[in-house]
Amino acid sequence: MRRLPSFSGAALALGLVFLYLPMAVLVAYSFNVSSLVTVWAGFSTKWYGELFRDEQILAAVWTSFKVAFFAAGMAVCLGTPAALAMTRFGRFRGRTMLASMVTAPLVMPEVITGLSLLLLFVQMAALTGWPADRGMVTIWIAHTTFCSAYVAVVVAARLREVDRSIEEAAMDLGSPPAKTFFTVTLPIISPALIAGWLLAFTLSLDDLVVASFVSGPGANTLPMVVFSSVRLGVSPKINALATLIILAVSLATLVAWYLMRRGEKKRRAGLVRTGD
Amino acid sequence: MSLRARLAFLSAARPGRLSLGRRAVIALPLVWLALFFLLPFALVLKISLSEAAISVPPYAPLAEYVDGTLQVFLDLGNYLFVLGDSLYAAAYWGSVKTAFLATLACLLLGYPMAWAMARARPRAQLVLLLLVMLPSWTSFLIRIYAWMGILSNSGLANQLLLGLGLIDAPLRLLNTRFAVIVGIVYAYLPFMVLPLYAHLNRLDMTLWEAASDLGSRRFNTFMTVTLPLSAGGIVAGCLLVFIPAVGEFVIPELLGGPDTLMIGKVLWDEFFLNRDWPVAAALATIMLGLLVIPLMLFHRHQSRELAS
Repeated sequence: MRRLPSFSGAALALGLVFLYLPMAVLVAYSFNVSSLVTVWAGFSTKWYGELFRDEQILAAVWTSFKVAFFAAGMAVCLGTPAALAMTRFGRFRGRTMLASMVTAPLVMPEVITGLSLLLLFVQMAALTGWPADRGMVTIWIAHTTFCSAYVAVVVAARLREVDRSIEEAAMDLGSPPAKTFFTVTLPIISPALIAGWLLAFTLSLDDLVVASFVSGPGANTLPMVVFSSVRLGVSPKINALATLIILAVSLATLVAWYLMRRGEKKRRAGLVRTGD
Repeated sequence: MSLRARLAFLSAARPGRLSLGRRAVIALPLVWLALFFLLPFALVLKISLSEAAISVPPYAPLAEYVDGTLQVFLDLGNYLFVLGDSLYAAAYWGSVKTAFLATLACLLLGYPMAWAMARARPRAQLVLLLLVMLPSWTSFLIRIYAWMGILSNSGLANQLLLGLGLIDAPLRLLNTRFAVIVGIVYAYLPFMVLPLYAHLNRLDMTLWEAASDLGSRRFNTFMTVTLPLSAGGIVAGCLLVFIPAVGEFVIPELLGGPDTLMIGKVLWDEFFLNRDWPVAAALATIMLGLLVIPLMLFHRHQSRELAS
């Protein structure tokens, strides 16, 4: 067993404490009786009850999930071809433009993305009459746009690792490029597609700024509702909501980790069997 | 090789000519991004040059037919207004300063973390990676909100300092630049650690051993071997933190105060509170101008990564 280097090991421990302590505090105070968030007055689960009676929050959760589900789906449909073009097609006209448009949304400040998309939707409505109302569809378009950049990066990373001789073998045996992609490449990169979809899903669920710009009355996502409540001050109901989000993400991560480990074990067992 | 495959192969191999299928694969993301990412910036530029008006949408048209002739109104007034007002200059400067300090803090904390992760046993590396990434999958807003409770006057940080006898009266921590920087470091630390880890992990450890065998001292090895080899990770990490931090809205809104003006928040207020769309568009255009060099650096770095 290798010992961790002392200074950087300490920094790592400190960094992890820094990352997890605030969330632990949130979870602890979500069970506080008092509505004053900083004073501990005893154990209670009443804030969870209040959370589940809050119609506005429940409606926003439903809106957020719907938008995130469809935005992640569309982002995979756009990000995968972009990744394919960047890693497999060599040089072509428009490559630089595609590359800049794929990488820029990764770091573009959200206020700029949000403002520019809203101005686009307003202009489109003035010229074509669509979108007459901003809401779920405009949020979906906005989220798809920045999420597809993340999907493209995740999928491109996987595509670069794929052994190209398998694809070339299929092509040599007479498989047309499209068929090669769907029967050979796609199954190999499917874990990256799932990872990209999940990343896009969480990014869409999490977005406040872009959604605030491009949504109209009547379409509130969860971050928008949380933000308007949080900016008035600290509220124990939000602590309960935070605890549930942390619980859901931890559980999803554990399941994903378990499935990955099981897949790895199966693969290794398969290798051993064929080796016999 | 079948005839069809041979044809496809030939047309793909010829430079500059792409098969119909390939063109469709490129066109799908290209058209979407051109329409919903590139075109909007042109509109921001256009609206930043028009005058505010009491209408729907709240700005005057750039071009109009008057008596049969086309008249174009380009109004630089929004830019003159933004550049002439010291409030906006202070907000731009505040954003750059805050983002710079936060990026530096992220690097100083993140580098040793990434180094320790890259040196850990392979199985431990996976767990550590997961532990660093997990917080960024939970809600950004809620993680910033957590610090509101910790940094408030009666919050955990002050209670701890009072309990230890380090201070006599609660410090004002919330609504300061310090709080904004803590928030940015907290929210963006994983974006610094991940690219650093990816670079340090690929680093050939025998180089390090060779340096120490040849009598190089640890600090010297770090400065002459490790640091230059991980420069790509440092650039990527710093840009991933710095660029979005300049335009940050949520963190200064929740953790900052009146003296920690940042341009993202000013733009938001100009748009949603003052409803002055042309000035908001001018603010965004100048912000983009400010970020052009770091954005280009990031693009160059990223396309090199994509190509390699």
